[in-house]
Amino acid sequence: MKSKLIAAAASALTLCSGTLGTAALAGAHMSDVKVGMITTLSGGGAGLGIDVRDGFMLAVKLADTGHIEVVIEDDQRKPDIAVQLADKMIQSEKVDLLTGIIWSNLAMAVVPSATAQGKFYLSPNAGPSALAGKGCHKNYFNVAWQNDNMHEAAGAYANSAGYKNSFILAPNYPAGHDSLTGYKRHYTGALAGELFTQLGQKDYAAELAQIRASGADSVFFFLPGGMGISFLKQYADSGIDLPVIGPAFSFDQGILQAVGDAALGVVNTSQWNKDIDNAANKTFVEAFQAEYGRLPSLYASQGYDTANLLISAMAKADIHDQDAFRAALEEADFESVRGDFAFAPNHHPIQDIYVREVIKEGDVYTNKIIGVALEDHQDVYGADCKM
Amino acid sequence: MIAEKYFNAALLGGLALIAFWAYGADEPFTITLLTKVTILALAGVGLNIALGQGGLISLGHAVFFGIGGYAMGILASHAQSYQPMTLGPWMIEGTKSMPVIWLTAMVSAGLVALSIGLVSLRTNGVYFIMITLAFGQMFYYFSISWPAYGGEDGLSIYVRNSFPGLNTLDPIQFFGITFALLLLALLFHAALVRSPFGLALNAARQSPERVKTVGLNPFRLQLAAFVISGVITGLAGALFADLNRFVSPTMFSWQLSGEIMVFVILGGTARLCGPVAGAAMFIALEHWLGGLSEYWHIYLGLLLLAVVLFAPGGLIGIVTRREAAHD
Amino acid sequence: MTFVLFAEQVLNGVQLGVMLFLMASGLTLVFGVMGLINLAHGSLYMVGAFAAAGVAAATGSFLLALCAALAAAAAAGAIVEMLVIRRLYARDHLDQVLATFALILIFSEGTRWVFGSFPLYLNVPAYLAGPVTLPGGIQYPLYRLFLIVVGLAIAGGLYLMIARTRLGIQIRAGEADREMIAALGVDISRLYTIVFALGAALAGLAGALVGTIQSVQVGMGEPVLILAFVVIVIGGIGSIKGALVGALLVGLTDTLGGVLLPRIFATFMDNSGATSAGSAVASMLIYLLMAAVLFLRPRGLFGGAA
Repeated sequence: MKSKLIAAAASALTLCSGTLGTAALAGAHMSDVKVGMITTLSGGGAGLGIDVRDGFMLAVKLADTGHIEVVIEDDQRKPDIAVQLADKMIQSEKVDLLTGIIWSNLAMAVVPSATAQGKFYLSPNAGPSALAGKGCHKNYFNVAWQNDNMHEAAGAYANSAGYKNSFILAPNYPAGHDSLTGYKRHYTGALAGELFTQLGQKDYAAELAQIRASGADSVFFFLPGGMGISFLKQYADSGIDLPVIGPAFSFDQGILQAVGDAALGVVNTSQWNKDIDNAANKTFVEAFQAEYGRLPSLYASQGYDTANLLISAMAKADIHDQDAFRAALEEADFESVRGDFAFAPNHHPIQDIYVREVIKEGDVYTNKIIGVALEDHQDVYGADCKM
Repeated sequence: MIAEKYFNAALLGGLALIAFWAYGADEPFTITLLTKVTILALAGVGLNIALGQGGLISLGHAVFFGIGGYAMGILASHAQSYQPMTLGPWMIEGTKSMPVIWLTAMVSAGLVALSIGLVSLRTNGVYFIMITLAFGQMFYYFSISWPAYGGEDGLSIYVRNSFPGLNTLDPIQFFGITFALLLLALLFHAALVRSPFGLALNAARQSPERVKTVGLNPFRLQLAAFVISGVITGLAGALFADLNRFVSPTMFSWQLSGEIMVFVILGGTARLCGPVAGAAMFIALEHWLGGLSEYWHIYLGLLLLAVVLFAPGGLIGIVTRREAAHD
Repeated sequence: MTFVLFAEQVLNGVQLGVMLFLMASGLTLVFGVMGLINLAHGSLYMVGAFAAAGVAAATGSFLLALCAALAAAAAAGAIVEMLVIRRLYARDHLDQVLATFALILIFSEGTRWVFGSFPLYLNVPAYLAGPVTLPGGIQYPLYRLFLIVVGLAIAGGLYLMIARTRLGIQIRAGEADREMIAALGVDISRLYTIVFALGAALAGLAGALVGTIQSVQVGMGEPVLILAFVVIVIGGIGSIKGALVGALLVGLTDTLGGVLLPRIFATFMDNSGATSAGSAVASMLIYLLMAAVLFLRPRGLFGGAA
């Protein structure tokens, strides 16, 4: 998939309809930026990439600067393809900035070499710990979260909910290990059990039997994608009646409809939800529904914020003056849909992580915020980051 | 035969010419794509020896590709961090030198091929296909869950490894290295086919009984072919890792085994340059169809199907038949 | 581990085994009768699950959804057989692998094109939901018991069909000697289409039954396909009995291995490391089992000619 959006075309449209872009942003002195977006648009994980792309492009369209050109390519969720696309964008397309990668393993393949070649990278989703700590880079900014954040928030929530004996499980791969470590970092109770499942596993009968026999008072799980759908359906059907906590990934707009009733009432942690009460979020949720005819997801919100961060920096500095542009990015002077947003010294977010509950609105399963798990939260790896 | 020779010359010459054109026109990405073609073709040349000459349908060649990749990744990561690796009583320093990495990759892939071959070659037919697939899955799951070298995240090597006297970071020079290795492998393959070993291997594929009656052991012939095949694919894996400066468990995935097989068959099984034609066509399609439609896999599938159903000799089969008709 | 927990895990292993049997029986029939190795069998599993999800969403009936899965997968199987597969019977395994690999690409992206990239909803009907208490105090999901019963019933039905019916006689004759049954006046191409559609229907049914408690999404067929191949290779390709034994063996090994290995590792490692190492070895266990079986019996447990 390759599509170019020349923002000028969009600008003509919006002018006709009479709405004017924010005057401050449409400044005549703004210089052009060519963005390379590498994301997953085909195969199993395509839903996430499509949401990031749509959120990003929505922000570009709304801001209507006329100075952003976006080249979009599909990485097929394969690290080697992602690396080659990055080479292509840097060598042939001569982009100024890269973004779009969904998966941590693809980010680890692309980001170090892209930043080493002097390009900016804005991460709209993946936040592997290596890139937040020792492997941090002055040109790498994470606009979503560090991978551990939501799991840490889940652990903090478990304390406040009074859980003393959690059963925790995640797939046996690096993000799964990070997840359980993140939960345990804030959770102070005992562990009734700790399991690593096979990556891609779809049958959790054996794990559920162990949970039932363990005497736990709560269950924490991190099982992204189809694994989480399977787990929740089987959990609901097993008759185990313990409270479940998880990170937002398994309760996102895109997959909740596939989980159905099994997800109702489950508590999950997230830095965004569609009912966060601020003007930017209201605009985003309405415009996204109007543009694409579906509710926005977490990933769409991250894509949208990423584009707005970029636009805010473009209004302040020329991307070819890297030091000035970097300083402009560090200010994070944009209206985030999640409310307060700032960058820590390692260029990862300082933000609130909310607690959400899955509810049903009419026929649609969605989330509502029921509290804040961690305020102004920042990852723990920053100390290792020497920029 | 003559037509095929012309085709091979045109194919290899074409690859080199496009690379030089891209160098002149400052299109480094085209050179990167050509390098990818060369490396995947090399992996295919490896499989072609087992598959085309030996008749061994291995659906697990990604194992050797991945072993080669990890040989590069592990050695280079230790060199990158200046931490020697401890193997029992020995301390092994990492290295960034391509020749050392290649040798390690080839030896490790050869040893793995030897052990897999010893078990798998006891079976034949569909059982052989499936047992090689099973070994691939074992390596895949092991590499995902083994934390020491990145697990599913894989290993990033920030700077490409070095080759004495060359600047490997320059795309055209790295292409030159891979192209030279591909040519060497093709020459080796051509020599092997004509050698007594190659003839015996071919005979063992067609009729194991007859080979036995002249006192040769078909099992040993096939095992040797399987190991040679694994060694070449392992070398390709090390180069592929250097192309991407990255290794991950996807190099072990069964889809990759399938793709390597697709290169061989698309080009023409047992044809000397079959894998080169197949890999070139596959990458060209991936690049071109991927630009046309999000759902390009459908078209790729239809095309593969058409080749199998209507052009069983692959690309080279089509070309040589047409040439023959003109004569 | 208590006896109750162990018994429950054995049931889980059996349940996984019978579902694998539904997949494996079709694969092994197609191989036994037509000599075809079909990588696209997992795509038919996916077709069944998507058809069931679509019909369940439209009608709300789980039974209709299962019927739709059977019908859609059988129809897809018959069409594919007539358009593509029948041209492959005379070819070698290599061409069959490549052509059916191509079919996977077409099916997967085609399904994504029609249904989109997000997983679909399909859930256990109310009358099969929730756990039941078994003798010995085991709390076990009713739906999983239902899967075991359906799977065993189909195994029995297949056995009767092959032993008693005219179609069964033709299938057995086809396995023994392909040229012979054509000479006896059986419409061989019709028989092949029926056998292929039957295998496809079983795969589609498995997809719908398993998709109900897992996720219905593109690419769901491939992991199951590989497991099904492990099953038929262990059992001996072409043997229905082998497929049943192999399926139960794989189901029990996978389930019990995943449960027991971390505990065994925990006797000499810390807990976190043990669960990680144990699950790493457990994920390779069935492949080790397969390699071991083939090392001892190169044609599987009940295998005839390869």
